[in-house]
Amino acid sequence: MAEQPLLQVEDLRVSFNTEEGLVQAVDRASFSVRRGEVLAIVGESGSGKSVSVMTLIGLTRGPNARFEGRAIFEGRDLVSASEGELRKVRGAGIAMVFQDPMSSLDPVYRIGDQIVEQIRAHESGVSKAQALDRAVELMERVGIPRARERIRSYPHEFSGGMRQRVMIAMALSNAPKLLIADEPTTALDVTIQAQILDELRQLRDQTGAGIILVTHDLGVVADIADRIVVMYAGRVVEQGTLDEIFYDPQHPYTWGLLGSITRIDRDRSERLPAIPGLPPSLLAPPQGCHFRPRCPHAFERCTQVPELISRLADAPDHLDRCWLSVEEKRTLRQVGDQIGLATGETVIS
Amino acid sequence: MARFAIRRFIAAAAVLFVISVLTFLIFQVIPNGDPAARIGGQHANAQTIAQIRKTWGFDQPVYVQYLRTMKQIFTGQVVSYSQGVNVLDSIRQGLPATISLAVGAGIIWLSLGVLFGVITAINAGKFTDKSLTVLAFVGVSCPPFFLGALAIYYLGYKAGIIPLGGYVSFTTSPWQWFTHLIAPWLVLSVLFIGIYSRVLRSTILDTENEDYVRTARAKGLSERQVMRRHILRNSLIPIISLWGLDFAQVIGGGAILTETVFNLHGVGQFAAYSIQALDVPPVLVVTMLTAFFVVLFGAIVDIFYAVLDPRIRLSV
Repeated sequence: MAEQPLLQVEDLRVSFNTEEGLVQAVDRASFSVRRGEVLAIVGESGSGKSVSVMTLIGLTRGPNARFEGRAIFEGRDLVSASEGELRKVRGAGIAMVFQDPMSSLDPVYRIGDQIVEQIRAHESGVSKAQALDRAVELMERVGIPRARERIRSYPHEFSGGMRQRVMIAMALSNAPKLLIADEPTTALDVTIQAQILDELRQLRDQTGAGIILVTHDLGVVADIADRIVVMYAGRVVEQGTLDEIFYDPQHPYTWGLLGSITRIDRDRSERLPAIPGLPPSLLAPPQGCHFRPRCPHAFERCTQVPELISRLADAPDHLDRCWLSVEEKRTLRQVGDQIGLATGETVIS
Repeated sequence: MARFAIRRFIAAAAVLFVISVLTFLIFQVIPNGDPAARIGGQHANAQTIAQIRKTWGFDQPVYVQYLRTMKQIFTGQVVSYSQGVNVLDSIRQGLPATISLAVGAGIIWLSLGVLFGVITAINAGKFTDKSLTVLAFVGVSCPPFFLGALAIYYLGYKAGIIPLGGYVSFTTSPWQWFTHLIAPWLVLSVLFIGIYSRVLRSTILDTENEDYVRTARAKGLSERQVMRRHILRNSLIPIISLWGLDFAQVIGGGAILTETVFNLHGVGQFAAYSIQALDVPPVLVVTMLTAFFVVLFGAIVDIFYAVLDPRIRLSV
């Protein structure tokens, strides 16, 4: 890897002190994003994917939160950065698009004013009129028709898809190097989802920005991601390129995730495979591998935490946290694919 | 807008009608409320009272009496039973004091209520929050006649900083007007400051968790900008409607205790006196005046609401 990654996260740990005890929301997560790359972070709710990315710009900071590890962005560690330093990064170097466009825009301000606020937050020399012109350009760029008129509208006058476009336009205001999109399509209709993903893809191509896409939707991932990080119960359990994860998944949890995608080529009468059981409570996670209680292939060794390392000779960047040997994995995975992974009774149709 | 105004006008007329009927009926059933006996005085004999009853029309059916009183009110002819003076004149004389009290106190309790609300919300759970919370509860539980008496005794009688009561009009002497009103303003405000700061504190803490506040932080705005432009801006909406109604109450003569303890000769004190005398016409007029202001400010608040929150439309 000759090129320095845009963002390098190393051993990030985030824990929250709650009334019930200490919650280890993120446990030694490491990943990196390069320029012009879409990195997808995949996992169920509570897997720590949102907390990881929000920690990067300090949105999880609070009296009850504790952080360890590093996140190097443009030579600066975001985990230990002061609030003032972080503020200069937020919206400028790293911009964020959130899950629910219906509630992420302030209902009492016009769309244009909210974009102008973003522009002027980091470029105080820009006049309001100039900023408004730029807001119109940004809105046109993300495909909002009649942007010149619509700039005077309020958020409630926009549909969900249009609002998410506004959020993206706003995020682009200060030409960020890294765009974090936290479940940007989850709250939208399927047809709108595809359009929004298209916007993100175009944007990556035009600006060369890196994108972190947080999602639980593997369909979205297959559509747009270059590399994938799979998280489970606060830990990264596997990471690799799109092809590596989809065609040669190493971790039984990843098999489960891939197995539970609805597929057109499957018989409709078949039950959709589901991973039995529930993710563990992060207050008292199981000893060793967090997936152990739900894993049909667990053995004694799994009570120790496997390192996140490459176990494949021909793919040094394909990392996973599973003690099974490569051969065992290939065999078990094939059997699993034939019989379906589900042993539980959960049915989603 | 025109539709809104017409609807509100009809609603106001309906409210005034119901309020006036209720007030009038209450005085019909109150024991010892016979106006003829009161006009006649302690030593009047049965014959005099019967005579009074006839001249004043108290022997006629209730609805006739009600209609006659209403007609008097709207033609400006209504006369107090106990003093025999024109009620509208008395209210007109009391209004400057009452308006001065309401405007000054309204500004004070709104600004201090917002200030303390923001301070307690920002410092939620810390010492500042806890001590101001205790103070707010003390303020809410202190009745104006108690605080007013304390102020008059210590600041007026003992220290001589403020006058012992009364009202001086602004045109006579602005400074005198101010010194006579500063204590009533503060005493009346204490209760409202307590309530408003508590309401605003909890609204701010709720708004703090809104997604758009997270967006504002993610934009790289300073904490101060996030608070002022996004959190406070949205949290003030319920406060404004509270303020409109409370202000209407006070300006319509609702600050009876404060006006009486400071002897301001305002509409509220006039109402207090009339209630003691079980004097129907003035009580009726003051009640209707208060109701009128409440309805009026309710409409103004709704217009303001629509300006503050673009999602709300006035069509309803």
